[in-house]
Amino acid sequence: MSLIKNLAVTTALTAAMFALAAPAQAQTRIALLVKSLGNGFFEAANAGAQEAAEELGDVEIIYTGPTEPTAEAQIEVINSLIAQQVDAIAISANDPDAVVPALQRAMERGITVISWDSGVAPEGRAMHLNPSSNELIGSTIIRLAADHLPDGGQVAILSATATATNQNIWIEEARKVLPDYPGIDLVTVVYGDDLSDKSYREAQGLIQSYPDLDAIIAPTTVGIVAAAQAVTDAGKIGEINVTGLALPSEMAGHIASGASESFAIWNPIDLGYSATYIAYELATGAATANEGDTIPIGRVGEVTIGENGEAAMSEPFTYDASNIDEFKNIF
Amino acid sequence: MNEVPQTPRTIPDRLESPFRSALKSWEALLIVVAVAIFIANSFASPYFLNPWSLSDATFNFTEKAIIALAMAMVIISGEIDLSVASIIALASTAMGFALQFGVDTPTLVAIGLFVGLACGAFNGALVAGFGLPSIVVTIGTMSLFRGISYLVLGDQAFRGYPSDFAWFGQGYVWWVISFELVLFLVLAGLFYVLLHRTNFGRTVFAIGNNPVAAQFSGIRVARIKFMLFLLTGLMSGIAAILLTARLGSTRPSIASGWELEIVTMVVLGGVAILGGSGSIAGVVIAAFIMGLVTFGLGLLNVPGIVMSIFIGLMLITVIALPIVAGKLRQQTSGAK
Repeated sequence: MSLIKNLAVTTALTAAMFALAAPAQAQTRIALLVKSLGNGFFEAANAGAQEAAEELGDVEIIYTGPTEPTAEAQIEVINSLIAQQVDAIAISANDPDAVVPALQRAMERGITVISWDSGVAPEGRAMHLNPSSNELIGSTIIRLAADHLPDGGQVAILSATATATNQNIWIEEARKVLPDYPGIDLVTVVYGDDLSDKSYREAQGLIQSYPDLDAIIAPTTVGIVAAAQAVTDAGKIGEINVTGLALPSEMAGHIASGASESFAIWNPIDLGYSATYIAYELATGAATANEGDTIPIGRVGEVTIGENGEAAMSEPFTYDASNIDEFKNIF
Repeated sequence: MNEVPQTPRTIPDRLESPFRSALKSWEALLIVVAVAIFIANSFASPYFLNPWSLSDATFNFTEKAIIALAMAMVIISGEIDLSVASIIALASTAMGFALQFGVDTPTLVAIGLFVGLACGAFNGALVAGFGLPSIVVTIGTMSLFRGISYLVLGDQAFRGYPSDFAWFGQGYVWWVISFELVLFLVLAGLFYVLLHRTNFGRTVFAIGNNPVAAQFSGIRVARIKFMLFLLTGLMSGIAAILLTARLGSTRPSIASGWELEIVTMVVLGGVAILGGSGSIAGVVIAAFIMGLVTFGLGLLNVPGIVMSIFIGLMLITVIALPIVAGKLRQQTSGAK
């Protein structure tokens, strides 16, 4: 008796769970495989992917990912995507190496594999889409300051550590574009070591040492928040504009107060949109991903495949009072 | 109202073994559930009944299931080993470290097995030698073993394992039958014999039912427990070899969270969490059930969190139903 009851309940439960979803067959099925579900950044990327799918027409987006952000859990999802014979997998990987064997098996079975956001080692994918490039980031952080200084002015850079590779490359690239902005005078570069209190003190030092300072550029999320706080505390809102690279959620308050006119970081919506376009073009054979090839990505423009099969999407997206409320809840 | 339902505990694992009691057994129920899930999967997704799909699905659980075999024996003896996933991390890190000095595949395998055994011996010495509670010891070593991996690797990874090593985690013995699956089935057979057909297995049940009585019956309780922890260590070492070979790299976060999935597998397999009863057959079927359910839901792209909820519900249902049914039967017979 109990056995039959057990059976009935378990089977009913199972059947109920399986009746949940019946996939509609589209011509091109692209899996947007993210690090983990329930993350605003990836939800936004999915919104971009859906937008691209609508533009492309015959595309079904399978937005999926593990609950735990681990490589093992992501491999289980890859296995189920291989079994479903999807046409393409666009992955933001939890581990650049551990997913490679599983993705290689996907490619052996004829599935197009690209990575975006968080990359996969070259042997595990056709190409990797970076949200931006060092050149574009360097020029963007100068442009952000210059946009609000039509008559020119003094700017200072508050970086992370003096040995931080990324920041040093960006500052190098920023210096290269300085001649394009004749009125802009880069007075100094200081280092806050990506520590909130040290960054804050360095920003205070800048405010005192350069009374005519017009802008502080911080290409680090720790530095920009500390600098904005220092400017606020010194009562210099409106005189010194803080800008650089930051997360919308951390900067929303400083945009509202006016300590920062604008800042930049990648746009997850565009990233999901572009990854979908590229996956589609490669899966349908309309494009190839050899070094030097260009692939059109709808409204975002186009990308050119560079070294190691990597490509840069666009310059960082600018956030200001007009769009901060939309993005501060996303990431 | 803290009355716990007590099923009568019997030390021999089969007093009455007619055909009918086999039909009523936990294993029979699990087989029926497995078949039901298999059929439901076949109807729910057109991709399920494909030999390669099914083969891929087995990779998702074989490593965990191999550890679950030894974990079942530890739990039957009234102990638990929560450090198994961390042993994987440490064994994998040791193999990756050795790889930097260019050792060959047999040495890598030997290192994986040795580190597993050494970790198991450490757990076993603390539990059996000093009489410490295993849940406390293994929660400690869970952090200790993985902590060492983090110390060695930080945010780095060991990669570049040789291709003949990769065969352990990616290779096929015949057609779609993977090495991992074959190894799991062979080990399951060995564990079946060890637990159900040897004196050693009989003493494990005796210890789980009443360690004091077992001690007074002349069973060397501490030694048996030590050997059980050696076994989980060894199986974790084997799992580390398979998983490292399958991933082709080592990070300190490898296999994180697996200990609870393994315990879930064991409990679903009908092993009493407080010790004293259980079977290898149940654990093997439970491993297949969990593999089939997660793979089937994955094919339908059911979000992982829904999958976790489903596994949780399945566990509670399977555990609770017989107890609830038993209570109901008691009440009806009491009313008469």
